Amino acid sequence: MSTMRSLTFDAIIIGGGGAGMRAALELAKSGKKTAVLSKVFPTRSHTVSAQGGITCAIASADPNDDWRWHMYDTVKGGDYITDQDAAEYMCSEGPKAVFELEHMGLPFSRFENGRIYQRPFGGQSKNFGEGGQAARTCAAADRTGHALLHTLYQNNLKNNTTFLNEWFAVDLVKNADGDVVGCIAMCIETGEVVHVKSKATVLATGGAGRIYASTTNALINTGDGIGMALRAGFPMQDMEMWQFHPTGIYGAGVLVTEGCRGEGGYLVNKDGERFMERYAPNAKDLAGRDVVARSMVMEILEGRGCGENGDHVYLKLDHLGEEVLNKRLPGISELSKIFAHADPTEAPIPVVPTCHYMMGGIPTNVHGQAIMQDADGNDQIVGGLFACGEAACVSVHGANRLGGNSLLDLVVFGRAAGMFIESALNEGVEYLDASESDIDSAMTRINRWNESSGGESVADLKVELQSIMQNAFGVFRQEDNMQEGVKKLAELRGRIAEAHLVDKSGAFNTARIEALELDNLMEVAEATAIAALERKESRGAHSRYDYPDRDDVNWLKHSMYFPLEKKVGKRDVNFKPKTVDTFEPKIRTY
Amino acid sequence: MSMLQVSIYRYNPETDSAPYMQEYQVDTQGRDLMVLNILEMLKAEDTTLAYRRSCREGVCGSDGMNMNGKNGLACITSLSDVVKNNKLVLRPLPGLPVVRDLAVDMGLFYKQYERIQPYLQNDEPAPAIERLQSPEERDKLDGLYECILCACCSTACPSFWWNPDKFVGPAGLLQSYRFLADSRDTATQARLAELQDPFSVFRCRGIMNCVAVCPKGLNPTRAIGKIRDMLLANAT
Repeated sequence: MSTMRSLTFDAIIIGGGGAGMRAALELAKSGKKTAVLSKVFPTRSHTVSAQGGITCAIASADPNDDWRWHMYDTVKGGDYITDQDAAEYMCSEGPKAVFELEHMGLPFSRFENGRIYQRPFGGQSKNFGEGGQAARTCAAADRTGHALLHTLYQNNLKNNTTFLNEWFAVDLVKNADGDVVGCIAMCIETGEVVHVKSKATVLATGGAGRIYASTTNALINTGDGIGMALRAGFPMQDMEMWQFHPTGIYGAGVLVTEGCRGEGGYLVNKDGERFMERYAPNAKDLAGRDVVARSMVMEILEGRGCGENGDHVYLKLDHLGEEVLNKRLPGISELSKIFAHADPTEAPIPVVPTCHYMMGGIPTNVHGQAIMQDADGNDQIVGGLFACGEAACVSVHGANRLGGNSLLDLVVFGRAAGMFIESALNEGVEYLDASESDIDSAMTRINRWNESSGGESVADLKVELQSIMQNAFGVFRQEDNMQEGVKKLAELRGRIAEAHLVDKSGAFNTARIEALELDNLMEVAEATAIAALERKESRGAHSRYDYPDRDDVNWLKHSMYFPLEKKVGKRDVNFKPKTVDTFEPKIRTY
Repeated sequence: MSMLQVSIYRYNPETDSAPYMQEYQVDTQGRDLMVLNILEMLKAEDTTLAYRRSCREGVCGSDGMNMNGKNGLACITSLSDVVKNNKLVLRPLPGLPVVRDLAVDMGLFYKQYERIQPYLQNDEPAPAIERLQSPEERDKLDGLYECILCACCSTACPSFWWNPDKFVGPAGLLQSYRFLADSRDTATQARLAELQDPFSVFRCRGIMNCVAVCPKGLNPTRAIGKIRDMLLANAT
């Protein structure tokens, strides 16, 4: 492919959501030659859908708030496989990152004293769980993600960041030493494929909720970065850990924020009973998301679900009154009317646990450097490869993410990756150039699709994949079901490898994009399935009927999925924060 | 009658010498689907159909298009909102060059957005915490910051059709006022100076198509009126 054009940058950031744009902003300010490569115009990224807020101990609602309390909640919320050094970094650096966003113009809602409005969210406490419910989630009404994403885009414009908008990253380019030295990417508008050379490649490609049939995620959330990293042979961490958000709108999958419950809304079953009082007597509807989602499924399974088929429950908000709904939750009022035909000032919203967030991802340290393991199981940095945001597993979310922690994760670790790359570039990093054959191997799959002349349709195969994942890897899991799922996925992989791209045209060919995305969904689904089968315990979002208890003896560990062998290993959780005492694992109750 | 007649604007620059309308029939099984659902069903059968979509819930602004003559977002426009006589006609947003099928080149639209310097400017040193803003000051941003840049308004605006290079257009001006109205922004005079020519703002003729089509219920005409007031007050 010697005729292929190449573009050269100091750093290329793949993904234009919150994490990618926060990293880009740091690098643009540093004057490094940086580009953000995004398959959609940046403000169409999934960060835009985040509603309730960004959790951070800025001590506005409570002047005595302490980031260590937030860290405690985060570690407990993650069912103790949260890396404590990473949680410490996120919670302590958080206020700086949030104030920066405000200085950039983010239109936060306000308290009477002019400070940023904070609302209660699930799993939040004061004084290490001893002081009752905290209100720690900074909000711009219920459009915080929108406000955050637009603010970051605006400040990237201000700082002249280079954007490659509507470009699709196909695969990573690795050199002979195994370092990542760029990627193959395609301009969607023209179909031109180029070789992007870079000393730092940042995967900020977000989640992959589209592996499930029912998800709150945007249609674009197809795990492109995860797919690229797995095909390049890099391991994934904790891929069995998928969060099911308690309140996806029944039928549509569209999210309504946990902020609804933070503002005083609650869930009821068909008898009108506020059932969370039975499952989590203290925190009730504001227990961890995994706890609430499981309780909802139990209600449904025990015949107390709502509606004709008894397959959902209700989120009751009408008692909050029109003023609170209009002021604090205007966006969800709109969504509820459109997608549930329910006006929350009068009627409850039908909701059901819905796939929402990938806690797992590319293992990284707090600087965003991707990590792999050597033959002896020791951590090893991958040269040239970085990840941040949902695509990364740093891991601040462990086995279950707390509401409002994803936006904080984006800005804190996007910023951290940007700062680290800047200093690494200043110190000077040099990697071996990619050879012709290195580039060819990164071109393999796009060539495969372009040369396909028969086979099944992408749309059909995608539906099949999503249904396998939905049926075997949902809120509750068990061995035989998952075995079956893994087998079906292996068979599906063979069929996807022979699927047909009918339309070979160049200009704005979204069929080619969807084909390339299907490969990525396949990678994510298989990593999820194999890791889920291997973790023989219940922890956080991973709940098994056949292993109902947490097993700290064997599984107080990260899982590591190795794609070449399709095997799962383990990696130690960090229990050594630098400035506070370790939070020792305890029984987790709310 | 559940077979919906769908007519879609098709144009592939590599193979078509001119755009044409393609007719499809869709079995909705009587369901009140969103227009985007219809497109997804058609796309599964005819993979050559091109359009943009992302969030599918009306917050990302990808799938602005013209549906039975009116601009809107395909993902939050239900068939019962838009279909008449069992017919649905889908065209790209008017007034911008077509890239392929329902995807338009948004370049001019984004350029006008960038022109208004859509970022907070404040020349005072930032405090160690957030800048304070009263709830009343913050309320002034409601109805402004929620814009999703879908371009439904600007591409429904005759003044933008005539002068897309010189008239900022309703979306850009809404964002311009979002920063003029922000108590934290100190660049008011510089912002107004950029807008006082006869075209940037004053080409708005109060037609209010922007208000009629905004899928987020925002009111660019009102914001433009406020900018005019500021410009006039500035001039006297």
